[in-house]
Amino acid sequence: MKFANNAAPHWRGAESVPVLMRQVLYALVPALIGLVWFFGSGIILNILVAAVVALGCEALVLRIRKRPVGLFISDYSALVTAVLLAMSLPPLTPWWVTATGTVFAIVFAKHLYGGLGHNVFNPAMAGYAVLLVSFPEDMAAWPLPRGVAPDQQALSLLTVLQYWATGAMPIDVSVDAFTAATPLNSVKGQLGMMRTMQEIVGGPLFGNIAGRGWEWINTATALGGGWLLYRRIIRWQIPTAMLIGLLVPALVLYIVDPATHPSPAFHLLSGGTMLGVFFIATDPVSAAASNRGRLIYGLGIGIITYVVRNWGAYPDGIAFAVLLMNLAVPLIDRYTRPRIYGHGT
Amino acid sequence: MSNGRTSNQALPLPAWGVRLESRKIAAETGPINKMPPPGELIVALKQNVGVPAEPIVQPGDRVLKGQPIATAPRWGLGVAVHAPTSGTVTALEERPIPGAGGGTGESVVIEPDSKEERYAGYVAQPNPLGLSPPQIRNDITEAGIVGLGGALFPTATKLNPGSGIQALILNGVECEPYISADNALLIERSDQVLLGAAVMLRALDCDECLVAVKADMAEARAAVQEAIDALGDDRISMVVVPAFYPAGGERQLIELITGKEVQAGGLPWDVGVVCQNVGTVAAVAKFFGAGEPLISRIVTVTGNGVGAPANVEVMIGTPIGDLVEFAGGYTDAAAGLVMGGPMMGFSLPHDQLPVTKATNCILVADQAELDPSVREMPCIRCGECARACPATLMPQQLLALARGPDYAALESQGLQDCIECGCCDYVCPSYIPLTSRFIEAKQGLWENHLVAQRSERALHRYEARGKRLERRERDRSNELQRQVDEIGAAGEIDAEALRQLKQRVKSKKPGDNT
Repeated sequence: MKFANNAAPHWRGAESVPVLMRQVLYALVPALIGLVWFFGSGIILNILVAAVVALGCEALVLRIRKRPVGLFISDYSALVTAVLLAMSLPPLTPWWVTATGTVFAIVFAKHLYGGLGHNVFNPAMAGYAVLLVSFPEDMAAWPLPRGVAPDQQALSLLTVLQYWATGAMPIDVSVDAFTAATPLNSVKGQLGMMRTMQEIVGGPLFGNIAGRGWEWINTATALGGGWLLYRRIIRWQIPTAMLIGLLVPALVLYIVDPATHPSPAFHLLSGGTMLGVFFIATDPVSAAASNRGRLIYGLGIGIITYVVRNWGAYPDGIAFAVLLMNLAVPLIDRYTRPRIYGHGT
Repeated sequence: MSNGRTSNQALPLPAWGVRLESRKIAAETGPINKMPPPGELIVALKQNVGVPAEPIVQPGDRVLKGQPIATAPRWGLGVAVHAPTSGTVTALEERPIPGAGGGTGESVVIEPDSKEERYAGYVAQPNPLGLSPPQIRNDITEAGIVGLGGALFPTATKLNPGSGIQALILNGVECEPYISADNALLIERSDQVLLGAAVMLRALDCDECLVAVKADMAEARAAVQEAIDALGDDRISMVVVPAFYPAGGERQLIELITGKEVQAGGLPWDVGVVCQNVGTVAAVAKFFGAGEPLISRIVTVTGNGVGAPANVEVMIGTPIGDLVEFAGGYTDAAAGLVMGGPMMGFSLPHDQLPVTKATNCILVADQAELDPSVREMPCIRCGECARACPATLMPQQLLALARGPDYAALESQGLQDCIECGCCDYVCPSYIPLTSRFIEAKQGLWENHLVAQRSERALHRYEARGKRLERRERDRSNELQRQVDEIGAAGEIDAEALRQLKQRVKSKKPGDNT
């Protein structure tokens, strides 16, 4: 009798990369529901555009690179990138803006570096950063969240579609009537006008803690993130460290001067905090390798995010924080390698 | 280590390793079966990494059960082998042996008779504990006993650490799935194991013995506890290790029990510990208690590809095909044949290979039991491999370095410290065969060292040659000078001869080899 010749180990116990990626997509569902509820269905259009463009680019580049298209197209990694990017964009983003960001994320940030597993920068955040500097107005055009004003009219799907396709509202509708600064943006702007936090948070845009809608969206996002932690698809080091890096400076400055600094709770639940903490900073490819390294990496992202929010030119800083810490990864890895068993104590 | 501790509480889980399904099918099916001698025994002369034993029998010789048929030199970590039963030596030839990468090894082929006639040269020791440590070691060497847990290191050598041994750890952990040979041994013959332990304690001049068993081996734990209570030797106690892989690795077990790390390049006795597999200890007891050298061992024959999974006490040299036949034969589902467990065992191409002292398990697997063919994806740096690595390496980084390969970096990042346990493969979501890559890289590193050594030697030779030539030249010109001086001093001035000589001296430069 002849038998197959395989190398040890003969057992495999892990869920495959596509399965892991799919779990990440599932975990984004609560956040998506929150976004749609408060800001309308435009976000779905973003996701569709990004997904189609991402898969198209992925297939095209894989073909050019002569890699197995079927194997990699079905690993869900391009889809995760697309969905994360799309969920970071305002729902009223014209399709070509979304497409541009996605092309940059997949072709430049991912494949020009060698494809899955080789990208130095987080692809979604690289795409987002490009859009932020290229289309600053579109990127700031968040609609009013549901329930801000009692007589608020929702944008009809037709209007959204028209804006999505042409970048312009129908003649009789003003885009300004439907958009407003996000709480983060508004805090930044109004603090600049010498108003105090107490005055700012009294406005209708602010909910209980961190802005109407945003506080709930962040909570929903954290729910999905918690599930990823529970499933051990992500580990606690990066989320915890990032939260510490963001919240400790926020707490200190809040204690020192609450009139000009938003509370840590505001930072915790506003903008893209939770998406960053659980879904973006935790991308393993572009993160530090060791547990200790990941603590430093996450801490860095948290601190830089706070610095940008507090002193920078942009309302939120997660994308830049992630990209900067991506750059620091080789250095972190070099100095945080764990001691090897049997070498010193 | 507290003296006399006996606790059913398992030690805490380690930070490394993986939890594996145990699948100890054979252990559930009952007692150890004794297999009668097969039609032919193929006793390999090279049983472990050491130098092969020298045969002392010829084809045509009649041999008796337990009679030495090949002896090992004292150096070189080899091991003596004995006739597993009485019969006739039919050949002394190269035969396929397991673990040689499909290669062969010189073997003594014996056709057993059915008499099982015993060799009279070895007898039971009435009082083995009265023997001196050197005598015990000598006898263990004579009996051909090596570590049966897998490493096959000569047991006597391991029992000669000098002074300062605080504990003897008996490794009954058997953390690989499927394998239950040690489990069965502890259930049925704990008393034998404890007798061997007493002999070893005497050889080590040590006062503490810990029998390590796994948390999920309830029956074995009860049996060990019962034997300890019955013996009433308060030097011996039991320690329960979590059901975790690879908790049974020697260094891992020592770390779990004592919290101490054996340094790279060091040995367990550096931290005051000697570790012995329970099967080895039982083999020692068998030699002192019954005068039987290591001629048989317990092998787990298991998997969905075999009719009646069982633990079988089988003679060394039994063809694996016969062994499987004894355990109910192949089922229609049989697809893979592995010697050892699913984590570290190696595939056997066919079953016409003999059982050796290393054979702890024959796994006959169906298609679904072993590695479904999975497609390798690129590493996504998830870090699960580093989390699982008992040597606290970073397999993901080693993998990238092995691609180069960057041997200097591989070495500084601990490639040599990889114990090839397979945990990194097991947890890898990209299904990368990390362990295979590391084994390859180790081979490459080794060859690289050889090349480096060779070129260093060549450089030495070159430099030595230069110096030699220089010296020879210096001697020659000194000699010429001496002759010139002599002629000058003698006063018989032959102007022409002197001129010629001086010219010769002048024209020679150091290092000039003409």
